[in-house]
Amino acid sequence: MNLLRQKSTPDGRCRFGTNLFEQEHNRHIDAEHSPADCVSAPAINLAGVRKSYGDKFVVDGLSFTVATGECFGLLGPNGAGKSTIARMVLGMTPPHAGSIAVLGVPVPARARLARSGIGVVPQFDNLDLEFTVRENLQVFGRYFGMSTREIEAVIPSLLDFARLESKADSRVADLSGGMKRRLTLARALINDPQLLIMDEPTTGLDPHARHLIWERLRSLLARGKTILLTTHFMEEAERLCDRLCILEEGRKIAEGRPHALIEEQIGCQVIEIYGGNPRELSTLVRPYARRLEVSGETLFCYTTDPDQVRAQLRERPGLRLLERPPNLEDVFLRLTGREMKD
Amino acid sequence: MWERYATALPANGWNWIAVWRRNFLAWKKVALASILGSLADPMIYFFGLGTGFGIMVGHVEGTSYIAFLAAGMVAASAMTASTFETLYAAYGRMRGTWEAILCTQLSLGDIVLGELAWAATKALVTGTGITIVAAMLGYAEWPSVLCTLPLIALTGFAFASLAMIVTALAPSYDYFIFYQTLVITPMLFLSGALFPLTQLPDSFQQLSRFLPLSHSIDLIRPALLGRSVESVGLHIGALCIYIVIPFILSLGLFRRRLMR
Repeated sequence: MNLLRQKSTPDGRCRFGTNLFEQEHNRHIDAEHSPADCVSAPAINLAGVRKSYGDKFVVDGLSFTVATGECFGLLGPNGAGKSTIARMVLGMTPPHAGSIAVLGVPVPARARLARSGIGVVPQFDNLDLEFTVRENLQVFGRYFGMSTREIEAVIPSLLDFARLESKADSRVADLSGGMKRRLTLARALINDPQLLIMDEPTTGLDPHARHLIWERLRSLLARGKTILLTTHFMEEAERLCDRLCILEEGRKIAEGRPHALIEEQIGCQVIEIYGGNPRELSTLVRPYARRLEVSGETLFCYTTDPDQVRAQLRERPGLRLLERPPNLEDVFLRLTGREMKD
Repeated sequence: MWERYATALPANGWNWIAVWRRNFLAWKKVALASILGSLADPMIYFFGLGTGFGIMVGHVEGTSYIAFLAAGMVAASAMTASTFETLYAAYGRMRGTWEAILCTQLSLGDIVLGELAWAATKALVTGTGITIVAAMLGYAEWPSVLCTLPLIALTGFAFASLAMIVTALAPSYDYFIFYQTLVITPMLFLSGALFPLTQLPDSFQQLSRFLPLSHSIDLIRPALLGRSVESVGLHIGALCIYIVIPFILSLGLFRRRLMR
């Protein structure tokens, strides 16, 4: 797989130094061997950023840093401010307070320069439906000032990456949802970006298509790309993110490595109990639970002794019990008292 | 404030070409239908009014009515073509296509400039079509057809720029009809496209001097009839003002709308 290897011909395209695709080390080593320009600068740095529409703060005093080569997740329910943050990082909307630097340049003041090193996968596909797959890539390459020859040189590797070789001359309108998403991903790579910004990249996809996208994203990380990912899928965040930040109403409520967060906040097995009155059941199992949460009609029982909990409920007919390891959903539930699911 | 506006300005003199080429590629796929469609309407008016009224009117300003009307139809069709392209088509692209482009190296100004150039190109295609038909029928001089091409493009540019303000402000497609009925249609009657301005009351003649279509017709009519054009600088200058000021204004409006 030599995606973008062909692009690394020294033609000035790689504005931020060496081509990360050239480096065959693993991603954590890459993070220390980042391009010369970016050694001191993280890929993204937000400091005290605020944004309000009317008198409602959508982003409220947010600070975080994304290191070169890592996948950083913004996790939160709809309306938590994830998309607004992504737009601010791109310089498409200015913050009202605080400062943003992306790839070492201040945004929005020099957003155009920053964007020349960024690839974007927006929440909703905005491909040109009347164009073919190939034409979409051609048209998009021109927005980055690439010549026809330069674009033609990278199209084969992009089609290969997106598993769309056989669809090169199909109209986008005739593609499936998963194919469109993969084309959007390929399109985001046309300028050989260092940083990818993905706003809910798998929302609305079926599980098969979603897994294919995840696999593609991991291969990008292995090649040293930095990814800022917004999502409300716990599984997606757990699988892909090196670190993440959990958001609620524009504020950061937790930040860290997914497994560290889960261990620190929960640290034991979870039993989900459906089918009874959660309030009534909670009195039964309370002695054996480290913690209990009620969300809707489900009782979440956090316990180091699942067998005891099961024994307590054995006499109750019609209950459904699901025992599982803790996940980020539990962390969110613990921190906010409610589920993240919409 | 100025700094923020500055980020919306065109980044350089050539970025807009990528936007123009995107629209050209989309148009190429439906070119024949698009050309026939945009020529049909002005042709019907041209022959309908030209032959119908021509019989009653006879000669106007030293030429046949239909030859007089030809220049009016060329300018008016350029106006309509670029207005429609900017109102409906650009508005349609604003949500999807523009959003995608804003994630690239292009600025908002590059996009708007590309759209203006594209609308002017469509005006040029339509206007040139009518000019050629008029010349084939002997209502215009062949060499003068060439001279009118830049004038048609300039007209298209001015009306695209004006319509861009409406596109930037309109909450939905439904609002475009007000601009068409309250601005574009009256302009057709107040700019000397269909009859000489001397037929109008004085106050309307004064008003007419400020309308972009009047300036366009004052350039295109003598050019098509092979006469010398008076006050070229004034008319071209006026059209340029109608390009530049609405462009700057619409950029501010788009920035408020799309980058808030």
